[in-house]
Amino acid sequence: MTATQETRAEIGRDRRRKEDQRLITGRTRWTDNLTLPGMLHLAMVRSPFAHARITAIDTSAATAAPNVVAVVTGADVADEQGSLPNAWAITTDQVTPPHPPVAVDRVAFAGEIVAVVVARSAAEARDAAELVDVDYEELPAALDLKEAAQDTVLAHPDLGTNKSALWVFDSGEAGTGGSVEEAIAKARTDGIVLEREYRQQRLIPAFMEPRSVVVDPTGEQITMWSATQIPHILRFLLAAVLGIPESKVRVIAPDVGGGFGGKLQTTPEEFIAMVLARRLGKPVKYTETRSESLVSGHHGRDQWQKLTLSAERDGTVTGLKVELLADLGAYVSLVGGGVPVLGAFMFNAIYKFPAYHFACQTVLTNKTWTDAYRGAGRPEATFAIERLMDELAVEVGMDPLAVREKNWIRHDEFPFTTVAGLEYDSGNYEAATARAKEMFGYDALRAEQAERRASGDPVQLGIGVSTFTEMCGLAPSRVLGSLNYGAGGWEHATVRMLPTGKVEVVTGTSAHGQGHETAFSQIIADRLGVAFEDVEVLHGDTQIAPKGLDTYGSRSLVVGGEALVKAADKVIEKARPIAAHLLEASVDDLDFAGGRFTVRGTDQGVGIGDVALATFAAHNLPDGVEPSLDSEATYDPVNFNFPHGTHLCAAEVDTETGEVRLRKYVCCDDIGTIINPLIVEGQVHGGLVQGIAQALWEEAVYDDSGTLVSGSFVDYTLPSAADTISFEVDHTTSPATTNSLGTKGVGEAGTIASTPAVVNAVVDAVRHLGVSDLTMPCTPERVWRAVNQAKGAGQ
Amino acid sequence: MTKIELTVDGARVTDDVEPRLLLVQYLREKLGKTGTVVGCDTSNCGACTVHLDGRSVKSCNVLAVQADGAEVLTIEGLADTHDGDGLHPVQEAFRECHGLQCGFCTPGMIMQSVDLLAENPHPTEQEVRDGLEGNLCRCTGYHNIVRAVLHAAGGAR
Amino acid sequence: MIPAQFDYIAPTSIDEAVAALAQHEDAKLLAGGQSLLPVLRMRLNAPETVIDLGRIDSLRGVRDDGDAIVIGAMTSHTEVRDHPLVREHALLLAKATAEVADPQVRHRGTFGGALAHADPAGDLGAPALVLGAEFVVAGPAGTRRVAAEDFFVDLFETAVGEDEILTEVRVPKHTGWGAHYEKFVRTAQQWPIVAVGATVRTEGETIAEARVGLTNMGSTPLRARAVEDALVGQPASADVVRAAAAHAADGTSPPADLNGDSDYRRHLAVVLARRAVLAAVGD
Repeated sequence: MTATQETRAEIGRDRRRKEDQRLITGRTRWTDNLTLPGMLHLAMVRSPFAHARITAIDTSAATAAPNVVAVVTGADVADEQGSLPNAWAITTDQVTPPHPPVAVDRVAFAGEIVAVVVARSAAEARDAAELVDVDYEELPAALDLKEAAQDTVLAHPDLGTNKSALWVFDSGEAGTGGSVEEAIAKARTDGIVLEREYRQQRLIPAFMEPRSVVVDPTGEQITMWSATQIPHILRFLLAAVLGIPESKVRVIAPDVGGGFGGKLQTTPEEFIAMVLARRLGKPVKYTETRSESLVSGHHGRDQWQKLTLSAERDGTVTGLKVELLADLGAYVSLVGGGVPVLGAFMFNAIYKFPAYHFACQTVLTNKTWTDAYRGAGRPEATFAIERLMDELAVEVGMDPLAVREKNWIRHDEFPFTTVAGLEYDSGNYEAATARAKEMFGYDALRAEQAERRASGDPVQLGIGVSTFTEMCGLAPSRVLGSLNYGAGGWEHATVRMLPTGKVEVVTGTSAHGQGHETAFSQIIADRLGVAFEDVEVLHGDTQIAPKGLDTYGSRSLVVGGEALVKAADKVIEKARPIAAHLLEASVDDLDFAGGRFTVRGTDQGVGIGDVALATFAAHNLPDGVEPSLDSEATYDPVNFNFPHGTHLCAAEVDTETGEVRLRKYVCCDDIGTIINPLIVEGQVHGGLVQGIAQALWEEAVYDDSGTLVSGSFVDYTLPSAADTISFEVDHTTSPATTNSLGTKGVGEAGTIASTPAVVNAVVDAVRHLGVSDLTMPCTPERVWRAVNQAKGAGQ
Repeated sequence: MTKIELTVDGARVTDDVEPRLLLVQYLREKLGKTGTVVGCDTSNCGACTVHLDGRSVKSCNVLAVQADGAEVLTIEGLADTHDGDGLHPVQEAFRECHGLQCGFCTPGMIMQSVDLLAENPHPTEQEVRDGLEGNLCRCTGYHNIVRAVLHAAGGAR
Repeated sequence: MIPAQFDYIAPTSIDEAVAALAQHEDAKLLAGGQSLLPVLRMRLNAPETVIDLGRIDSLRGVRDDGDAIVIGAMTSHTEVRDHPLVREHALLLAKATAEVADPQVRHRGTFGGALAHADPAGDLGAPALVLGAEFVVAGPAGTRRVAAEDFFVDLFETAVGEDEILTEVRVPKHTGWGAHYEKFVRTAQQWPIVAVGATVRTEGETIAEARVGLTNMGSTPLRARAVEDALVGQPASADVVRAAAAHAADGTSPPADLNGDSDYRRHLAVVLARRAVLAAVGD
């Protein structure tokens, strides 16, 4: 092979994606595309009430409607539907209400399923669903998070409390730092104490492909296709909850249209489809409408954050105390209880705080359940601390970047064990910040800001800073175990050399837009010295990829990629004795590089493709050598990894209308070694807009009766291209030291960093007018009111 | 049932359909043109965008019976409208500029971009952004989509 | 996602359509369908019969009729926006139409459909009102003309009777008038929180005539007469416009919703009126 130079260059190359051909020509396989012979369609009857007792359900008219096969209520499937799993009880005494997929006698949020119609067409199922007559007796609903935490109205009366779990970390007790109370007490006498409360509004993941599930019960195995991020976890939990042997269940995640944590769930609809397909013996399909998706798919964020920060007068932080209330919604979802716990390790961010206390109370309410949404816990933490650092800068009269620099971990201090107990392996905050400032034109924008302030321009300019880090690459299994999480965090890979020299790679990760087929091909091409085009990446089907823990938490490359490398290395080691045999040389004299085994000191060599063919033929193998160049590896990470970056946002605020317009956004992220810069930048751009959208546009709003008001894309306002700007993105590189590639996760970085950068910019634009905080999303009305109130207060 | 006859991606088709059948359902369910997808129920997302008699429309917001006698072009027929082999230049630009991730919004995004460039072959960045205001994407942050459309415009020059 | 069943009629003439409407009790007219179809899909409405006006060619197009231009009810937004007659004689309509929804909806949605739908947040009502449009309505008794101030009755309610069809809209020529439609949204796709349409005729430096209309400041489009009165005969200066625009919300009762409370809308109306008039003067 002559491609040595090229193949070596695969890592770091901006390869165009292998996935794209089918996606840009419409030759895709979304779950909803599937049609099977005799397939039946499901339509859900959902509760319009947030909290109600079901007193009667009359299904007779629906049952009599044309082509209706069955109408099923919760009572009908009570014995077989099980209870939806919670995989992460964050404390041993967590209060976890049972969660039947179809409500049996009570509904706990508006949108909960109370009956299912099965018909020969989706239209007929929907027609009949309109005919199901449900009598409800409304119950008082626990809607407001703070009120719910007082237990005045109970989301689940039988439980006697809305408080699900209290999770506490204290650096004094853990031995990772000092006492926060002491730090605060001291600062009250001779330093600065900042007390703030921030609201993380409720968000909706809003992946573009609505969830869809098809179940085929015919044959020996039951096959489920689902628009899910987690085919493996889903398979395991379907089996475990419904009592079906795991070996009899196959789950396929075909092309999946985005997830962002929103498809990291085992859903009522999946369980119902499974139960009904088995019962009816026919394939069934359910595809949600967007309105159903918004009301019943899990939501994200929804916290109140109470923060107390102590500092010396020179801006040195001495302690941070965090008290959270987190809204679980009506049920404890798959990992929803753990989302704020993921944030617990991140409030100290890039800083050397000497004392830290974190306490989170999770609370049940009569709203849609919450769970992971891009960043899951870490955006909340990053927002809070990055807003606070800006407030501290104002308090001590420093530039916001300078106050951060005063507190951050210097690059020569890595590895660094933080006050939350994590070991940060690598990073260079100085370098990323310097690069970001240079790209941004920081000083010139500050000068323009001063001019606009001086002239009283109705359009004011603000500059927002966010220097974030995150923990990603979920996760070391032992750490997960210590947190009482119900599974490990390893990942599995198989690498198979085919006799033609092509390579099949099987990964347990499950991509839904991330470009694994491309990036993983690049890794393998480099490792095995084969052509990028010769690598085929298979995933998302538990029969093809039987082992895996799927895709979330920026884990696929750093955990799954490392498993791949290890499997590939095993292939090379398997090939080595065969190559030596073919070359009539000693194994010890062989080098492997660029896809070729060579005998050191000679020009003799053999390509790995030829070794594969010889292995396949097996005519001439050394004694005792298995005729196989397949290998697998399971990799359990030794640590999280810690991407970081400096994000700078300039925002213009029209003080007359309150409108916020993005003027400029630059970021310099350090995500270690980059496999494919094109994909990385795409991840950053997309993450940025989701984070910016939290700052400016999105909120799931409930009315006083518990109805989701923003229940369609008319009112849940996702930004379009017309609302956003182009970004300037660059990187510094401090390779991770905890995996062989040096990679760090990038899937969540943009989202985590951008929200505080934008809100800091908006506040900065109007701070001189007397505004020091804004509630997200910073809608024009909120900004206008804040400016107006500040004016009123000033007069 | 109502009889309709139309041209889809260059092929004449005729069917008896329920009046309530949406054009997008007709394309997906009757014709197997599953390249066109449904992302919402309020005509906000634009994932279902196709061309109806040469102009972009949201096919979830058109009844199949309204398309009787019309010419429909979907993502699956787009490449054939272009002289030369392979992809339409806008498809090619989306790949070249990484203008897609999960790819669900992509058919609609591409069909709208083709319409946009037909109306305005040399748009500014802002014109591209405004021209795509009826299409939502959750993955890309639009940055590379906008770049792709500008790239395609440059290529057409 | 799937509408309830309905019968479908596609008449090819206005007379046929009027007859069909008379015959079918629970019928709904389908124009471009850009507002109706989402309503049917969400099953917020389930008429027995849908009468599609899309096959009636005479409902399409823009023509010159002396002192007015006449816009067929089924003319698409894109056609209206780009039509030379509209741009020359009713620039405010062209500019407002350019702001309706998004390109795909503008290709499909119709001028008459949008006006007859009478969504108070619709972009075309206020411009039609201030331009003094006349609405031509066909019914069993023949056609009649409804003045713009009588056309918009309430939220989603117009003077078009249950047995009648809006066929065309006559817009008096406002040749040479400057115009601007200032729309305020949180995200580009949204219906306006508030919008103000202004069209102004200047003589030298003086404002000779002015029309200012408000979108989404009440249950129907509104005309801001106090602003108009304060402008006419005055020099087209920033101070004059600012003082006049201060009256934009006089007498209005705007709605309150997720995007803004009533007082915020009243404030917006003032700011947007100033901007719209200034832009129209400079046009």
